[in-house]
Amino acid sequence: MANDPIHQFQISKIVPIEIGGLDFSFTNASLFMVATVACAAGFLYFATSKRSLIPGRGQSVAEMSYEFIANMLREGAGNSGMKFFPLVFSLFMFILTANLLGMFPYFFTVTSQIIVTFALSLLVIGTVLVYGFYKHGLHFLQLFVPSGVPGALLPLVVAIEIISFLSRPVSLSVRLFANMLAGHITLKVFAGFVASLGALGALGIGGAILPLIMTVALTGLEFLVAFLQAYVFAVLTCMYLNDAVHPGGH
Amino acid sequence: MFVTSAHAQTAPAAPETPAAPGTAPAGDTHAAPAGETHTETGVAHGDEHGGGTFPPFDATYYPSMLLWLVITFGLFYFLIKNVIVPRVGGIIENRQGRIAQDLNEASRLKAEADAAVAAYEKELATARSKGHKIAETAREAAKTKAAADRAVIEAELGEKLAAAEIRIGEIKRQAFAEVGQIAEETAAAIVDQLIGAKANNDDIKAAVAAAKTGA
Repeated sequence: MANDPIHQFQISKIVPIEIGGLDFSFTNASLFMVATVACAAGFLYFATSKRSLIPGRGQSVAEMSYEFIANMLREGAGNSGMKFFPLVFSLFMFILTANLLGMFPYFFTVTSQIIVTFALSLLVIGTVLVYGFYKHGLHFLQLFVPSGVPGALLPLVVAIEIISFLSRPVSLSVRLFANMLAGHITLKVFAGFVASLGALGALGIGGAILPLIMTVALTGLEFLVAFLQAYVFAVLTCMYLNDAVHPGGH
Repeated sequence: MFVTSAHAQTAPAAPETPAAPGTAPAGDTHAAPAGETHTETGVAHGDEHGGGTFPPFDATYYPSMLLWLVITFGLFYFLIKNVIVPRVGGIIENRQGRIAQDLNEASRLKAEADAAVAAYEKELATARSKGHKIAETAREAAKTKAAADRAVIEAELGEKLAAAEIRIGEIKRQAFAEVGQIAEETAAAIVDQLIGAKANNDDIKAAVAAAKTGA
């Protein structure tokens, strides 16, 4: 059971709660969502509590992440997209913190659950749809009609645009989910090799060095992926929000 | 997961409120047996799916995860929007304002320094021209005074010269007047010597006068 690479994704109840026949238990996933929020918000809150003019280390990191996302959103969606800054910043910090917390051994990775990533991507697409229709009304549908396309090709292009729009929440959620899942499984499998080869005696210990090196390298790679996936999620969110802010402008 | 009695109590307590609109027929099933069945099914789910479906695709915990995601992410969003973003944005804006203010102050001081330099140079130029003017007027004054002095001295000298000339004329005239008398005496003496007789004074006088006018 300990060497089962799937076991780390197992959800276990901590406080069972059931409402109207549905299971709303406080699980280890819920615990790590709370931990993610506590870590991210706590870090941002306490790092900036001094409000110093010349930032210390913590405040520097908090300001850097703030400006990183602010610049990303400004470049992606323009100044009128800045009203979504709290959303993009929360998404980025939540995913990044959840990914990084998942790198601790025995910790649960919230973003390795498809339902979580799907909910987050639906939040993005839902925001795009609601804001797009609220702001532009039916003009928002121009998003699916690129300008400068010959009339004969238009139905085909519109169909492709609609399909690509509908596949966005799927690709957005599956990308994050699959990256975290695959990375953690690979890590676990290689780490399992180390343990099982090490149990075989002197020769096994010699043979275990290779997967050990692999595990160390993969851990580094996974830290990169943890950041990269949060970054990719935030960048794509900015791009999609740009469609809501400027539907005809691409 | 084992379920303690405390958990078993919270489990039926929670569905009490939605039980009325949701499951109307089971109105008064909040007793202990109902709680038992709930928790039992919960444990059964966990065992059933533990070895079966791939955990991320197991829909059993989807409602729970969605609920807790909404709660935690909603709280996080609220905190970010109302606490973190204003604060960090304020810090950055404050710093940029401070930098801009410092730059303004620096450019203001530079302008002040430039103005001071310009004023100093202007002052220097006026002082120099003033000095020049003073020197000029002094030179003019000295020149006019020297000219006046020279004129005065020249006038004095001219006067003295004139006086001297007058005196010389007088002396000359006196000398000329005496010359006649001397000539008469000399002529009388010469005549006396030459002819041994006294010549008439009037004749001598007339002869001297004739010689004078003839000369």
